[in-house]
Amino acid sequence: MEPFVQLLGVSKSFGGAAALHPTDLDFQPGLTTALIGPSGCGKSTLLRLIIALLLPDRGRVLFDKEEVTEANAQAVRRRVGYVIQEGGLFPHLTARANVLLMSRHLGRSSGETAERLAELCALSQFPRPALDRYPTELSGGQRQRVSLMRALMLAPEVLLLDEPLGALDPLVRSALQRDLKEIFARLKQTTILVTHDMGEAAYLADEIVLMNEGRIVQRGNATDLRDRPANEFVSEFISAQRSAAF
Amino acid sequence: MKIGLLLGLVATSALAADPVVVGSKKFTESYVLGEIAKTVLQQAGFPVQERAGMGGTIILWQALRGGQIDLYPEYTGTVGEEILKTKEDLTGEEMRQALAKFGVGMSDDLGFNNTYALVVRRAAAKRIGLQTISDLRRHPDLRVGLTHEFLDRQDGWRPLTSRYGLTMPNVNGIDHALGYAALARGAIDLKDAYSTDAKIQQNDLVVLRDDLRFFPEYKAVFLYRLKLDPRAITALNHFGRIDEAKMTSLNAAAERTKNYAYAASLFFQDTPNDAVPGRGLAPQLFRWITRHLELAGISLLFSILIGLPLGIAASRGRAVGQGILAVVGMIQTIPSLALLALLVPVPFLGISATTAIVALFLYGLLPIVRNTATGIQDIPPALRDSAAALGLEPGARLRKIYLPLASRTILAGIKTSAVINIGTATLAALIGAGGLGEPILSGLNLNDNATILEGAIPAAILALLVQGIFDLLDRFLIPRGLRL
Repeated sequence: MEPFVQLLGVSKSFGGAAALHPTDLDFQPGLTTALIGPSGCGKSTLLRLIIALLLPDRGRVLFDKEEVTEANAQAVRRRVGYVIQEGGLFPHLTARANVLLMSRHLGRSSGETAERLAELCALSQFPRPALDRYPTELSGGQRQRVSLMRALMLAPEVLLLDEPLGALDPLVRSALQRDLKEIFARLKQTTILVTHDMGEAAYLADEIVLMNEGRIVQRGNATDLRDRPANEFVSEFISAQRSAAF
Repeated sequence: MKIGLLLGLVATSALAADPVVVGSKKFTESYVLGEIAKTVLQQAGFPVQERAGMGGTIILWQALRGGQIDLYPEYTGTVGEEILKTKEDLTGEEMRQALAKFGVGMSDDLGFNNTYALVVRRAAAKRIGLQTISDLRRHPDLRVGLTHEFLDRQDGWRPLTSRYGLTMPNVNGIDHALGYAALARGAIDLKDAYSTDAKIQQNDLVVLRDDLRFFPEYKAVFLYRLKLDPRAITALNHFGRIDEAKMTSLNAAAERTKNYAYAASLFFQDTPNDAVPGRGLAPQLFRWITRHLELAGISLLFSILIGLPLGIAASRGRAVGQGILAVVGMIQTIPSLALLALLVPVPFLGISATTAIVALFLYGLLPIVRNTATGIQDIPPALRDSAAALGLEPGARLRKIYLPLASRTILAGIKTSAVINIGTATLAALIGAGGLGEPILSGLNLNDNATILEGAIPAAILALLVQGIFDLLDRFLIPRGLRL
């Protein structure tokens, strides 16, 4: 199958320090891929390159066969949903206004958006009365659900999640993991999830890409990584991360 | 009588469009002469606009040449020395010819000479037989207190002593107003004065006759634009003469009542009317406050309109941002008086409310530019990423996300500008732009604290009110989500 998102020899450095060495990577349509590795391994940089929040020093990023440039960045971003740690919700807007920001900006009809909003509330199990609250009035878990609804509002073809559950306490986190798994299964979207938690990656993703110091170290499913580690680093990373999910 | 009335009506209807603008300098006598000119012109059927207490010679002269005023009271000595800058003793006719080159005319002299003079206590003069300056030769031991200006002037103390051959060792510099107090109490015996100072009469002093004619003549005249209606010029030349005693008493009345218009009215009354009319503080205060708010409000509006985009540009950092903040910061360090002085010669500004508004606008920029830049820069990177990742165009990001998020900081900057503007607008009176600075300036001039407070208290209350109103505005302008 043709990959939906593809990196061809993409590299990026900040002030002389390489954040991502030249990398080739493709993401198949409908699959969930987890990018995992210790902090600073380049996984967030890779995610940001896909929607042109960063531009590569070398190489090309292809989105639906088209190269991502500064010129088409806006168009690409509107086909992508993006969720970050702590949600990135705008504190001056209510939950509803956050979710509807883009559809209102694009002048979508209110009937259409209301219907979609109702769908998303059901999907992400968010209580509708809380839509009128401001982000500071919501719990951490609720904020992430709103952020997810905002990302899904325009029915994007690709969903990018950058440590979406990183700041939540364990109970809320496992509840959200369960809901996310259900959502991924229902939507069958191309999804890229950045996490540093092996258990979460194994639970949510079809495929895992393990990174270290700006390079891809191993690619495969959880069992591959556990049973056939490519090198010493992989086995160390896995054993250090061993948790209940394993 | 009827014909006069008819003529008056004709004149009024013919001239109703443009009022004659009367300026005056920032001291009692000039204010009073300005009021007299106003009455004379009004009686001749001209609408008159006053620009009282505009400042010193240079400002008035420039305003006259620039057409911002049509006439103001001046002195022949000043015309020769400061305006035409000549050392020669010009006759009135020679002065008129020289002034005509600037499009300016000079009226007949008003009837009094307000020159420098030396004054002593009347009782002391009688006791030791002092009448002329020459008489001082017999009294070298008198204690002399002179203004610093008189000590230094070309037509001041040193040339005077050499002309008269005086040797007086006990000479000290002292402020003009304090000098009068010192003389009255007997701490000094002799001081310099203007020959029509009200204090001469009030303190029972006498002027020593300038028997060697040392002091140049400072005859009062009106300088006017030659374009002024000839009927107005005729009126200014034929309203009667003011002699020195009369002028001194008018000045005294002005200082006693703090009311220049009333003092001027005494000149036109055959029988002096002792009843000082109520000054109508309320309507006057209303006029000052409206003008003040107009000056501060318009300038603030422009500060916001220009400051916001500048702040947005500065928030991007780099050389341009640094440059903007540096320039705006530099403007703030220019003393307000100096800024006004710098703006007055600029074409289209001159002596006007516009100049005051421009100065206030410039002062209002820094807080708005800096707070806008800081407010936007302080937005967390995660929120910037979120805004970009949604696919909002840069303009929409600014409008829908960045500006609302920075609104609290931006509004704080606007609030600071508003309060600074209310305070600084009092200086607008220096260039005749009115506002609450007017009573403050004339109070300073009259050394009258009550008059100063008439301007200072409302200005302070206004500043507090403006602050309060902006605090209320916060509730509407800062999104609720940021106030939780």
